[in-house]
Amino acid sequence: MPEKTVPKLKELGFFRHQTLVALRNRGVINPDYIDEYIGRDGYLATAKALLELTSEEIIGEIEKSGLRGRGGAGFSTGMKWKFCAGAQGDVKYILCNGDEGDPGAFMDRSVLEADPHTVLEGMIIAAKAIGAHTGYIYVRAEYPLAIKRLTKAIVDAKNYGLLGENILDSGFDLDLEIYQGAGAFVCGEETALMRSIEGQRGMPRPRPPFPAYKGLFDKPSVLNNVETFANVPRIILKGADWYNSLGSEKSRGTKVFAVSGCVKNIGLIEVPMGMTLGTVVNDICGGIKGRKRKLKAVQIGGPSGGCLPEKLMNTPVDYESITKTGAIMGSGGMVVMDNKSCMVDVAKFFLGFTTEESCGKCTPCREGNLRLLEKLTDICEGRGKEGDLEYLERLGKYIINTSLCGLGQTAPNPILTTIRYFRDEYEAHIRDKKCPGKKCPALLDFTVNEEKCTKCGRCFKACPAEAVIWQKKQVARIDKSKCTQCMSCFSACNDDAID
Amino acid sequence: MSKLKLEDLQRIKEAVKSTLDVNASDHRAKITVHMGTCGISAGAIPVMEALQQEVKSQDVSDVMLTSSGCPGLCSQEPMVTVERKGEEAVKYVFVDAEKARKIFNEHVMGGNIVVKHALSQGSEEEA
Repeated sequence: MPEKTVPKLKELGFFRHQTLVALRNRGVINPDYIDEYIGRDGYLATAKALLELTSEEIIGEIEKSGLRGRGGAGFSTGMKWKFCAGAQGDVKYILCNGDEGDPGAFMDRSVLEADPHTVLEGMIIAAKAIGAHTGYIYVRAEYPLAIKRLTKAIVDAKNYGLLGENILDSGFDLDLEIYQGAGAFVCGEETALMRSIEGQRGMPRPRPPFPAYKGLFDKPSVLNNVETFANVPRIILKGADWYNSLGSEKSRGTKVFAVSGCVKNIGLIEVPMGMTLGTVVNDICGGIKGRKRKLKAVQIGGPSGGCLPEKLMNTPVDYESITKTGAIMGSGGMVVMDNKSCMVDVAKFFLGFTTEESCGKCTPCREGNLRLLEKLTDICEGRGKEGDLEYLERLGKYIINTSLCGLGQTAPNPILTTIRYFRDEYEAHIRDKKCPGKKCPALLDFTVNEEKCTKCGRCFKACPAEAVIWQKKQVARIDKSKCTQCMSCFSACNDDAID
Repeated sequence: MSKLKLEDLQRIKEAVKSTLDVNASDHRAKITVHMGTCGISAGAIPVMEALQQEVKSQDVSDVMLTSSGCPGLCSQEPMVTVERKGEEAVKYVFVDAEKARKIFNEHVMGGNIVVKHALSQGSEEEA
């Protein structure tokens, strides 16, 4: 019998299509040993930036590379640094956004845990570019391992003189400190983050003045995402032209995505910008898991994003192409959903999140998003009526146009995109009082369809309340007097036989 | 540790070659247990402990045992990468303490890949 051979990594779909820049050291170095980072060309970019290049040259290279903020807004990194470099003042701050509040996103956590030094290096180079000598890395407290590894990395870098005074004999000083978040999604917004570091309640403020001129403690500041910084050392070392060769015309380089949901290969991937959604879902992540399941939607952009249907799988994943669909690329969280999902329920989930996380400062977000959530709850519980969709669309657009910060400005996106692409599902909830995705308990019968039931007994085994009556070779039956509507039977059934 | 100068970076890079690359070392193999939050929550700590025990109880001095962060394929963790000198690195998935011991004895020490638990041969490259 021929021996089963181990496939080559390069031939496996998951690995073959990836291009590693921010994740270049993954799996290969022990993050607690700074020498191993140095062994992979670590801190050579820092040496080049501090010893050979001027601030203008560093900024020029980053601008030329086309690097855009990887936290979601996609603003030109070089341009942000340029504004701050040109701002008046001796005291400036370099800040790293490691708050990563989007549900389903774990890109930044993985980078901080696996390769904290690449983030430190990116910050040193940025600090030289803008003229900052103090910096903070804002990491959410829910990432204890990332904080532990980052803390060790800072200690090791300090001991080697790669942080502190006169780095590498260049005359440049930089001190970095970790600041822990305290459980607020809104503190991922740049002005709220800065207020949080100042010891105040994390609430955004209007701009202008922009943080590049007046930021932390009212000093010129640059805040960049973890992944943005992770790309900087390679760009400085290998050059903007090299970075330009990756990605698409307006979205250069690569993007890290955290793909989860109903796919076979769940995990962290890095791909050139412009790769299609279909390639990510099918070729890299192996397609939908489960013989009888089909792709229904890909949720991208977290609570600020949207659900894209199967027909849009040819959409290239870059800032502009995704924005055209009504979603946003966001920080990189991607949740793949199969036919056993309800888009109204998904929109309700995200609104539940954003209303909880709203800081409450501005009326459109504080009151408006709550009204949206109430309306969605009505629809999911069978109280939907004609005119509800028009109400959601109108109110959603008002909130987008009038909210103070990115949280409020994008909270209605999940609703607007699901109405745009899955209107029929909303209409089924409102008019027919039915949930086609079989997720909203109030709109379900909790009865077994005898024609579709294959008598497999999965629902019986899954039920925690002994409410399913079944014997081998018999159709199952649900005793509604015992049923707690926990939905375990629906999840267990592979034959769509429960209504 | 003293403050580094540019030439020290090159010096360290040279010195660490034998740790990063088993082919540049005197060791017979390098084992990496992937320990990001994903791996740890899937059970990587007992895997690491089992391997440490094997190294100690068999008094092995020419095997490097180390850890790294998330290797990417979170849904198949705990993952372990074994690279014997002169051979391609093998990635193992869904590893537990018992499989780890088997991998150590049959592959690391014995030279035979445990095909049943192996995902792939070869390493990722950076862009």
